[in-house]
Amino acid sequence: MTSAVLRAQGLGKRYRRRWALSECTLDIPAGRVVGLVGPNGAGKTTLLHLATGLLQPTRGTIEVLGGRPAAGPAQLARVGFVAQDTPTYAGMTVDDHLRLGARLNPGWDAAMARDRIERLGLDPRQRAGKLSGGERAQLALTLAIAKKPELLILDEPLASLDPLARREFLQGLMEATVDQGLSVVLSSHLVADLERVCDYLIVLVASRVQVAGEVEQLLATHHLLTGPRRDLATLPAGQQVISASHTDRQTTLTVRVGTPILDPAWTVSPVGLEDLVLAYMSRTTKADRKPLLEVQR
Amino acid sequence: MIWLTWRQSRVQTLVVAGALAILAVILAITGPQLVHLYDTTVATCHAHHDCQIAINAFTSRDGALQNITSFLIQVVPGLLGVFWGTPLIARELEARTHRLAWTQTVTRGRWLAVKLGLTALASMAAAGLLTLMVTWWSSPFDRIMNSPLDPGVFSERGIAPIGYAAFAFALGVTAGLLIRRTVPAMAVTVAVFAGVQAAFGLWLRAHLIAPIRAVSPLIMGQMTGVGITTPGNHLSVSVTPNLPGAWIYSSQVTTATGSTNLGTAPQACFHNLPHLCNGAISRLHLLQIVTYQPASRYWAFQWYETAIYVALALALAGFCFSWARRSVS
Repeated sequence: MTSAVLRAQGLGKRYRRRWALSECTLDIPAGRVVGLVGPNGAGKTTLLHLATGLLQPTRGTIEVLGGRPAAGPAQLARVGFVAQDTPTYAGMTVDDHLRLGARLNPGWDAAMARDRIERLGLDPRQRAGKLSGGERAQLALTLAIAKKPELLILDEPLASLDPLARREFLQGLMEATVDQGLSVVLSSHLVADLERVCDYLIVLVASRVQVAGEVEQLLATHHLLTGPRRDLATLPAGQQVISASHTDRQTTLTVRVGTPILDPAWTVSPVGLEDLVLAYMSRTTKADRKPLLEVQR
Repeated sequence: MIWLTWRQSRVQTLVVAGALAILAVILAITGPQLVHLYDTTVATCHAHHDCQIAINAFTSRDGALQNITSFLIQVVPGLLGVFWGTPLIARELEARTHRLAWTQTVTRGRWLAVKLGLTALASMAAAGLLTLMVTWWSSPFDRIMNSPLDPGVFSERGIAPIGYAAFAFALGVTAGLLIRRTVPAMAVTVAVFAGVQAAFGLWLRAHLIAPIRAVSPLIMGQMTGVGITTPGNHLSVSVTPNLPGAWIYSSQVTTATGSTNLGTAPQACFHNLPHLCNGAISRLHLLQIVTYQPASRYWAFQWYETAIYVALALALAGFCFSWARRSVS
């Protein structure tokens, strides 16, 4: 029954005095490409490091594929990770990295790794330190994919890539995902990066999960309402205001509702993913920082 | 993991192995010549009554090489700690490659065990080969000096340098993972290692084994100086005990009751009459008290010192493992 790739309960991580992540409760189903969005410093890396076992939680629990992160070789084998800035050994060649992957991972798919490197046009004798940012990211991705994980975690893999490299990287990622039936979690501070590839979204702002759910569901339950200026207290109970802006005459709201909006005073229009995320990000600048419940599936 | 450790350290290993090989060749050529020279001059000098000349001629042989070997054996254990130990983890943390290494199918404990274990053994082996070569090559000189426990020589011979290398390496690794930057960690490693070496040599080593305190009547033949203090005209006597190769902490002359105040000097000693003066001194029934470590304790000291340094290294390694188990990202 444990079809969850990642399950967190009251998860928190504190560095000295500062909470980098707090009260994080998530239940991510398998087989999704999950986008983890939030501004820089929101706690994305902390969450991903907790999921890979690079960090231990200060509070709460986290389970990845039903096990404790980095609990042992078996658990390590099931999770592939591409860290931020896609670190590789600068003095080692591309070929050395493939050999590293083969030596350190019993499930290593050597043919697939070689094939990927060949298709990418990387010179196996090239030192990793001499590769471009995009090539290095591809090498790191190859290492993570060829160990044949069930879950692939990528921390801001696109941050340092130019637009073309971004597209190629995402393309490679999507091919591998489809081929291997991988679950993927990738983080970014830009929604635009994730919009095309993700079917599940987590918005993390100021160390808290603001919203998490299937992209389709999120888009179906969030609306942009425009109408004559109005006091927010007069809204029906089922409508939760995510962001609001007012002019003298007009009120614009991003709301989350379970039922259709019937009030004829509003002009209802759909919300794009980017606007939705921005609405949640701007919301946290206000006093209300309570995390929302996850979207019901 | 063994392959990765080798891949990451092969250049440094080959450089050190190459340097040791060059030194081995030089010492292998000059060493037998030294032994031959020793056997034909110093060993037979008593028969020709020219020992001082023979010894002087011999000890000035290969002066540059004597200096170089002495320098190498002093600095190599520390350098191995700085250049092999410090970057071992610090460089991974700096380049963030530990995030790559720790998410392969290898636990952090195993990663550290192989990396730390193999490189530590390599640096101990390098120091061991060096001290073996230097100890062998220097043995004719050491036989002439005959002061194996002398602080200047003790730490450059025997097995102690292996302990120094183990400690310096573990210290470097620990400094690297705490400071997380290679260059500052190197500086800290050098400072701490030099401090520990100095503290050990100047203070701790003398307390490892309780010295022997020998009290005996003053042996006139070992008396090397008679003095008269001004003012006070007190007698002072110095002796050089006949303890070949011993490490002498102190050598004192006291009265029969144990006082270091020997009283007013006998009259004969004021008039530059050595025979009468010596006779007068012998009638005082003075005692000589020598505190020393006999040469026979050389290997006990070597083993103790090596064991303490290795134990320190193991304690630091234990700390590194507990660090790896806690999480660092």
